[in-house]
Parts: sequence; C-alpha cells; structure tokens
Amino acid sequence: MKTHWRSAAKLAHQGLWSNNPALVSLLGLCPLLALSTSLVNAVTLGLATTFVLITSNGLISSLRHHLLKTARLPLFMLVMAAMVTAVDLLLKALLPELHEHIGLFIPLIVTNCQILARAEAFASRQPIPLALIDGAFMGLGFTGVMVLLGSIREILGTGHLLGQAEQLFGDAAKNWSVTVIEDFDGFLLALLPPGAFMALGCLVALRNLIMARGTPQQPFQHVLLKDHSGQRLSPSKGSGTSA
Amino acid sequence: MNPLSIARRPRSPFIRSERSVRDIMRDVLMALVPGALVALWLYGSGVVFQIGLAAASALITEAALLALRGRPVRATLQDHSALLTGILLGLSLPPLAPWWVPVTGAFLAMTFGKQVYGGLGQNPFNPAMVGYAMLIISFPREMTLWSGTFGDSPSFSTSLTALLTSPDESWWDSIARATPLTLLHDGLKTTMAKGLPLPDPALTASILINLAYLTGGCFLVFRQALDYRIPLAMLIVLLAGHMTLQTFGGGLLGSLQQLFLGSTMLGAFFIATDPVTAANTPRGRWVYGAGIGAFTLLIRSYGNYPDGIAFAVLLMNFAAPSLDALTRPKAYGHS
Repeated sequence: MKTHWRSAAKLAHQGLWSNNPALVSLLGLCPLLALSTSLVNAVTLGLATTFVLITSNGLISSLRHHLLKTARLPLFMLVMAAMVTAVDLLLKALLPELHEHIGLFIPLIVTNCQILARAEAFASRQPIPLALIDGAFMGLGFTGVMVLLGSIREILGTGHLLGQAEQLFGDAAKNWSVTVIEDFDGFLLALLPPGAFMALGCLVALRNLIMARGTPQQPFQHVLLKDHSGQRLSPSKGSGTSA
Repeated sequence: MNPLSIARRPRSPFIRSERSVRDIMRDVLMALVPGALVALWLYGSGVVFQIGLAAASALITEAALLALRGRPVRATLQDHSALLTGILLGLSLPPLAPWWVPVTGAFLAMTFGKQVYGGLGQNPFNPAMVGYAMLIISFPREMTLWSGTFGDSPSFSTSLTALLTSPDESWWDSIARATPLTLLHDGLKTTMAKGLPLPDPALTASILINLAYLTGGCFLVFRQALDYRIPLAMLIVLLAGHMTLQTFGGGLLGSLQQLFLGSTMLGAFFIATDPVTAANTPRGRWVYGAGIGAFTLLIRSYGNYPDGIAFAVLLMNFAAPSLDALTRPKAYGHS
C-alpha cells in the first residue's frame, strides 16, 4: 500500500512539475497557445483535456493486453477520438454559449500529442489505477499552465480578469469580472499569437530559473574542455575568448 | 616545430579594421544629428522626449538583462548599441505619443528583440524595428499621433501635455496633423488619383526630414561605416517599382516623392544597414536592399499600414541568413 502512495506522489510530481506537459515536454502547444487568450477559455480547455487524458488513459490501460501491438497507435487514436467526441457533445449540451466560442478547438484536443504520448509511454504498460492517476495529474499540470498563461494574457491584453465567466459558471458569475489595471486599453500583442509564444517562453524560462536555483551550478567549462578520451585539456590562453 | 606555435598563430582575418563597434556606433549617432535637428524643428520638443525616454528605457533594460544573464554590464553598455537602438526607435515614434509608448517599445525591443537571443551579434531581427512593430500592432491609435508640419510645430507645453496626460479625442483633433503617407493611405487616395497634389506643408516637412537623413547617410558611406549597396539597392527598387506601378495606374505620387516620404531615408541608411541583421556578402546585400525596397513599396501601396519600412526590414531579416548562404563568394582557387 505504501509503495502505491509513493508511486502516486511520484506521478503527481511528474505531472505537475518535473515532466509538465506544457513547460517541459512542450506538447499540445496548438490548443495551449490558441485558447489561452482568457482565463475562462483556458480553464475550459484545460478541464476538457484533463477529462480526455483520464478516460483515454484508463480505457487504454484496461485494454492493454488485448491491443494488437502493430496497430496500437491507430487504436489509441480511436479511443482518444471517442473521448474527445464525448467531451464535445457534453460541452454542446451543457454550456452551449461557451461551445459556440471555443467549439472549434475541442475536436483538436485529439491532436494533442500529450494524450498520445501518455497512452504510448505510460497507460499501455501500467495498471489501471496508476494510469488514471497519471492522466489526472498530467491533465492538472496542463490546466495549471493554461490558467497561468490565460490569466497573464487576459490581464495584459484587456486589463480585466475572468471576463465572460458566466459562460462557464452560469449566471451567478456575471459580475466576476475583475478590473486589474484601471484605465487600460489593453496591450493587443498579448492577445495575438506572438504574445502567446512570448508569454509561454517566459514561463518556461521562469521554470528553468527555478530549477537552476535548486541544483548546484554545473562545472560547465570542464565538460567543454574534455576531449574524447575524457582527458581534460589545458585551457590555452585566448583560445576560448577570441570573440 | 614548436607545438605551441599552432595555438599561438594569429587567426584570420589577417587584415583587421582598427575600428571598434563603439567607434562605428558613434559615427552613426553623429550622422543622425542633422535628421534629429530637423525633426526637432518641425515636430517640436516631443522629438526630444521620445528619443530621451526610448534611449533611457533601452539602456536600463539592457543593463538589467545583462546583470540577470551574468554578463559584464558597464563594458557592454559602452558599445553604444543599446543607446543607438533607443534613439532609432525614438526617432521613428510619433512625437506626441504618451510617455509609456517609448518606454514600453524600448523595453520590448531590448528584451524580445535582442537579449533573449543572446545580445549584440546574436539577434536575428533589428531590435528597434521589433519594438516599433510590436508598438504599431498593439497601440495603433497612439502610434498615429503625429503633429506639426512645415512652419507649424507644436509648442513645448502642448508636447508636454501630450506626453504626460492622456488628452481626450477633441484635444487631439485640434492639434493632430496627418503625415503625407497617412493622408495617402486613408481618404486622399481618391483625390490623388485625380491628380491633385499633396497638401504642401506636410509634403515639405517630409522632404526636408528625409533630405537631412540622406545627408547623414552620405556621411556614413563616406566614412565607410555602412555599405552603400543596401540603401542604393533599396532606393533604386523603390523608385523603379514605383514608376512601374505608375505606368500601370497604381502609383499615386510623383516619382521622386516616393523616396522622400515617411521614414524612407532613415530606413534606408540607418535601419536596413544594421550590420548584425543585414546580409553580409556583397551580392547578398544587393538582394537584401532590393527586397526591403520591394516590400516597402508593396506595403505602402496595398498594405494596411501607411508606412512599411519596419515590416519590410523584419521580413528581409528573416531572409538574410539564406541570402548569405546562397551568395557566398567563392574562395580564391576554387571553381
């Protein structure tokens, strides 16, 4: 039992931080960049992706002994496409207004490489509970970055946060919109695709910075100055600094 | 043979120029003086505010990012390249833009145009034009706040008001003057097609400022601080292309006027010639300059923006590495 908890905690750490789909493996960038224009869009797509990740991971794990090895990738895709269709229909039925805005991107979840990557690398080799946990935390890691990116872009681009929250949370959320920066017309670039790339780049850089702070500095030059036999070359004056 | 002699042997190029980056940048800064003075005379003290704020913001951003990256701050700032980027950006901005326009623009230029790639020499795009393009995409309204024409420059207090407060539309309507290219772009196209001339004071101002930059540019060519091929190719293509358009009924101006509108001369001599982001081989430079001229003309004639220098330069910056690879001169002795 104890080992189970330990492996679950390990999966959580991987999904949320050390192997985060959006910040480390940089998978699923198309929906990530296209729908992080506002917090509400970002949360919706993040949760939809999480749902697909959990269900497809679970299904593939339960089918793992019965899938033809040579035809596994198309079979994974079929399972994922079925789950994505389910999410699409659910959204259409429950949140028709929101679906009208972002409906275009929901079928695209199936092209999110992260889902296929988890199916191939994890779910098809692991028992069902672990596959479910992995799907959940990978999805939450993705959602977390979506939320962060969506908030940054919405604040910079419009000056507000949580605009049009009623589309996701119902009529009670009509007044949730918060003005973060007063008298601000908006920095349009943040809402455009280049702004998405820059904001994501800054988040990746921030993560790398935190990782670099945690580990001791690598002796960078020693690695560079070793020849093939592993012998250290003596650094000659001026050779490395001619620039 | 002493094995050390291989390591100590001097490396090519064996003929070196004694001039440093700093010297060349200082020449370029000096060459900008006539253009800046004419701009100050025509557009009022707003020009000084824009240049000062953009330069200060560029220097501060560069210093902060160099410190973050653990690079020598003082020595790098003294190559004047950040200062030049700030000044070029300041000169391209409308003189009555609010204070946060030059500050944001220079910050974006130094961050996303230069330091994220690794600083001077590593940046694929002209930093000043990266800043300008980001500004004109994000703040289209503020980026068209031009005022002043020949003999009608806004007063010091007007410039200061525009810089520090955000005046409402009616205040703007009383002082804003469209540039010739903007006039051409919206509305006057119909009048121009009928052969009516441009309003005179605006045109005179535009020609004067371009002549001043041309003078500075010729000084730089004379000092061999820049390669004449890039501006020459750009101006030839701009002129020839414009005459072709006119022949087929597309051109709207007198043929020489195309060369003296907007930021043509500033772009040709000071922006397109940036040694880091331009093509490096002689033949590549002809193509590079010609490409900028062609894109500028196309954007001016058919694009959404009144002037196209910034986008033309950025587009050809993309092409520069391929141009260098395709036009590499043959080494002596190789066929």
